[in-house]
Order: sequence, then C-alpha cells, then structure tokens
Amino acid sequence: MEVTLKNLTKRFPSRDKKNHDDVIAVNNFDFEIPDGKLIGLLGPSGCGKSTVLNLISGLLKPTDGRIFFGEDDVTDLPPENRGIGLVFQNYALYPHLTVKQNILFPLENLKGKDKLTKDQMLEKASEAAKLVQIDELMDRKPRELSGGQQQRVAIARALVKMPKVLLLDEPLSNLDARLRIQTREEIRRIQRETEVTTIFVTHDQEEAMSISDMIVVMKDGIVQQIGKPQDVYDSPTNLFVAKFLGTPPINVFDGQVRDNRLYIGDDTVLKISGVPDKTVFVGIRPEGFILSKEGAFGCRLNGVEVMGRDISVVSTNEASLNPTVRSIIGAENKLSAQTDHASEGSVVRFNLIPRKVFLFDKETEERIDFEEC
Amino acid sequence: MMKKLFNGSLKGWLYLLPAVLFLGAFMVYPLIDVFVYSFEEGYNSASQTYFGVGSYNYSYVLHDPYFLQAVKNTFILVVITVPLSTMIALLISVGLNSIKPLREFLQTVYFLPYVTNTLAVGMVFMILFKKTAYSDGLINLMITWFGGESVDFIEGPYWAKMFVLCFYTIWVVMPFKILILTSALSSVNPEYYRAAQVDGTSKFRTFMRITLPMISPMFFYLVITGFIGAFKAYSDVVALFGTNLNGAEMNTIVGYVYDMLYGDSGGYPSYASAAAIILFAIVLTITCINLLISNKNVHY
Repeated sequence: MEVTLKNLTKRFPSRDKKNHDDVIAVNNFDFEIPDGKLIGLLGPSGCGKSTVLNLISGLLKPTDGRIFFGEDDVTDLPPENRGIGLVFQNYALYPHLTVKQNILFPLENLKGKDKLTKDQMLEKASEAAKLVQIDELMDRKPRELSGGQQQRVAIARALVKMPKVLLLDEPLSNLDARLRIQTREEIRRIQRETEVTTIFVTHDQEEAMSISDMIVVMKDGIVQQIGKPQDVYDSPTNLFVAKFLGTPPINVFDGQVRDNRLYIGDDTVLKISGVPDKTVFVGIRPEGFILSKEGAFGCRLNGVEVMGRDISVVSTNEASLNPTVRSIIGAENKLSAQTDHASEGSVVRFNLIPRKVFLFDKETEERIDFEEC
Repeated sequence: MMKKLFNGSLKGWLYLLPAVLFLGAFMVYPLIDVFVYSFEEGYNSASQTYFGVGSYNYSYVLHDPYFLQAVKNTFILVVITVPLSTMIALLISVGLNSIKPLREFLQTVYFLPYVTNTLAVGMVFMILFKKTAYSDGLINLMITWFGGESVDFIEGPYWAKMFVLCFYTIWVVMPFKILILTSALSSVNPEYYRAAQVDGTSKFRTFMRITLPMISPMFFYLVITGFIGAFKAYSDVVALFGTNLNGAEMNTIVGYVYDMLYGDSGGYPSYASAAAIILFAIVLTITCINLLISNKNVHY
C-alpha cells in the first residue's frame, strides 16, 4: 500500500505566553511512499518526525493537507479504521498480559464480518510470533523479557492484524548498541518477508542509512531531502543534510572560490570550474582525505586514533568550523602516518578526493555544483 | 570485632530502637495485655483481682444480645458501604480523569469531606435527616414534596437509621478513595491507551482489560483498608445517634467495647477485651481472605 502525503501540515498552538505564533511541527509535507518499502524518517530531536508518524497513524489530526493510503483518503478516519500497525518507542506492551495475550489483543477487538474464531486467532498469533521468533516465549509476561524480546513482541502485536502500513517510532532507541544492530537487521528481514509498507522514525542516521530503502531527512518540520540513503549521502542538497548524515560527521571549512580554484585558508585545495568567485562553506567527508607528503591541504596534527580497520587523523585548521578536522584513512597507511607525522603539532598534508568535497552557499546553505578539472 | 559488629546489624538495630521501644510499649504490650485480660474471669479493676482463668468472658460476650446486635450492625455496614463506596469512587475518579476543564476544582470539592471533622459532618446530617419539633429535616421535606411519607431517620425504624449510617459512611470514606484512584488512573501510561486505540479497542474493553488491571494494586489496597476501616466504625455512629447506642440498636463492635469499658453499663475490661479480640480475629480473617484474592488478581 503506497502512502501519499499531500501538503500535510500540523500546527500546535504556542504555549509560550510572550510568543503567540503557532509551532509548526510539520510544514507542507508532500511526498509519496512507494508500496512495500522500508522508509526511514530521519531528523534531529524535535524536528517533527514523530508528529508525521502520529499523523499517518491518525492519533493526531492534521491542520491541513490530506493523507492517502493507496487511492483511499484516510485523513478523516480514526486510527482503528486505517489498518495500521504501530510500534511505540517504549513498546507499550500491556504489563499484566502474557506475550500471547498481548499479541491476541488486537484480534479480539475485531467485530462483525472480521470476527475470528478462537482457533483462527491462536493460529494468527503463533504465525506472527514465529515471524519475529518469539514463539517460545508466549506464556511469559513482558517484564520477564529482555528489551530486544519486548521489541519483537511489540512488532508481532502490530503485525498480527495484517496492517497495510507498519509504523515504528524510534524502534531501536531503547536497546543497547549491539542489540540495536541485530534488531535493525531483524526489522529489515521482517519487512522483506511481510512486504508491508513500513515507516520508521529515528534520529540515528546510521540506523536509517543501514536498513532503509529510502530516507526522508527532516529539519524543523520541513523535508530537506528524500532519496536512497547512498544518494542522499553522496549528494546532499544542503549543509544541514551533509552535516546530519555520516559518522564521523563531515568536516566543514570556510573557503573561497577564486579564478576556478578552491581555497581553504591559503591552500589551493582543488581546481574547479563552474562556480563564480565567492566565499563558500566547504564540506569534506572524513574519507575524502588522502595522506600525502606533497598534499595540497595542510593541517596541524593533534593525534592519530587507531581503531582496528581504520585510523583517523585528528588535526586542526584555522578555517575549520568544527573544533577538529577528522579524516579517516585505511589502516594500511598506519606506518606512513606514524613515521611521517608522528609528533604533535607538526603539519600533516592531504590531497582531497573531489567527489567527497561539497560546496555550500554561505547565505542559503544550498549545495553548489562544481566540476573538477 | 566490635567495630565490625557495630557497622553490621548492630547499627541497624540502633536505628530501629526508638521505633521498637515505642511500638513495644504502646502497641505490642497492650495487645498482649488485652489478650491476657480476655481470659481473666471476674476481673475487678478496683482491686485488680480475678477469680480464675477461662473462656467465660468470650461465652458471655457471644451470648450478649447487645454484642450480637453490634456484630450484625457492623457486618451490614461493611457489606453495604465497602463495595458501594469503592465503586462510586471509581466511577467519580474515571469521570474526573476524563474531563479537562475544572478538573482541579472538582478534585478539591470531592476532597473536602476528608478534611472536615466527623462530628461537624454529623451535625450536617442531623439537619438533613433529624426530625425536631420545628422541622422534619431537609430529606423528609423532599420526600413529602414528592408525595411520600416522612420518616424519622434518627430515632425511627431500624432500616431508616441503617440507611443514614451507610449513606454517611460512604460519604465520609469516599474522598480518600477518590484521591487514591484519580492518582492511580492518571499514573497509567497514556501510551497504553494509544496502543489500544490503534488496535480499535472499544472504550469499555479498554477500561476492563487495561485500566482496571493497571490500577488493581491501588484498588485492592482501598478494598482492604476499606474493610478494616468499616469494621472499626464508631465515631460516625456516635456523631449520628449519640452515645446511647445500645438503646438505639445502632451499636457497633467498637462501640460495644467502649461501652463495656466506660459506658453507663461499663467497668468490665474483661468483656471489653474479649470483644476486642473477637473483632481482631474477624478483621484478621477478612484481611487474609482479601490478600489471597488480591494476590490472584494483581498481576504485576
């Protein structure tokens, strides 16, 4: 079932006594979520992503705009008639019911022609439990389960009535780092198996990038960019998106374009064309640096962090807007990094990989396209 | 060695000492004393002597028509007021919890009886129910206005007096129950309701399957303390019917104990002790049954 949002807007009345302007949590959302895909709604805290989820679920009514599930306008339907499954951030499993009773709960609500017999219900429940691999825990109470298991029960409860759309609110935020990776793969697998259109909300870009078919990056209630995770990472539309995606985050510098050359400080770091002379923000991904003795770009070395697979070179530069410049180079460069630039405070030089370098307008922070030459 | 002992359990006992001394002197010792009294036959409080030891006091009390009347009154009071007051309090709390405007104001209004003196409330009930030379009382005025026949609620038939007593008791115990239940209701995580809403759960089913189980610990707490409180009823009865309770057929077990000690027919600590021990046994039994039931029904 594809989900279409048309000019979706949600305003909340201001609670601030001095400022009576409404808070616009969701501003003019306009996009289509294709059938059977896993979509990550991504943004910093308070950007309105949970509000979008609540609007789609029907728990909130939009101020403006329409929501379509397929051809059907569901904007005025209450949540129970929309055919959605919702997994809450804290799972909201009923603590006094067993796992089985929790999963059965939505089925027992069905009325009229949808009403199921006891056997049908049990069959569906055990099917859902098998899907999320908790069929051995059916008689436990939620408090006897680990966080990951509770999460699975919550997903099973949401899936058991065969929803058209599955909504997950920060599904991994309550899990520890290891379980998080495991569970996100689990969510991906379950989504693939059921082929139900799934929308999940997260503030963790890594989480969204790793499992989504498509990500929607939001800021202050406004969609910044929609696309495949890799596409968004490789060509961010603006500085915010570039900064938000990627760990370690992108390095941002004050730069200048003069005579088809890009300057950071006094270093000419790239020869480019297609950009008029002006000052710009320069974003360089950590993996966009190549360590080189004769490199075009010089920074002052702070230290080298070795982390198994990679080493990251931490340095400073006057033009940098981040406190430190962080570049990641393969561990095979370890030797050269240590011998050539061992002492703290010495100058370390890099060449830049042009496609890992982005220019942004100083005023609008929109990305400026350039060609290397 | 001493230091280790001091830092261990000894230190703990030291902290407990004031409470242990106080409770021992004013709770445990009197309890044992009452138990001993209840078996001393023919105890004379002036000479502090008694004839022998045995179960005569119990036999006397259990055959005393006044005591049987008191037991009957107490049981009627308990059986009527505890379930009714808890149910009504639950209804009011659910109502209070689901309205937004004036909620705080109404909560205060419902809580007012709790901070009002029992005897003052008793006076108000007198005005409502008592027949005097000048007026039949407000309630009777209403009854006659609707075409009924006026009833003497304070000195009239037994059922009328029992009605007033139950009405009064429910009214007095309600505020505390409402307070506890509203706070229990508002502490239920609203996410459960949203989850239920998304699943299309009807209001009634949400209440029965989610709200009630979630507040069940508080609910059972109220039932248990409600039973204990109702069994110990006394001051309410005095406030309504005065001190000659045996004459009014409205005595309670605690009232009987008091009368045996200090009343006009009093001066019999042995009988009073026996009655008190019987009350203790009844309350203990009921509380144990309550706990057994609640352990089966409170799930988390």
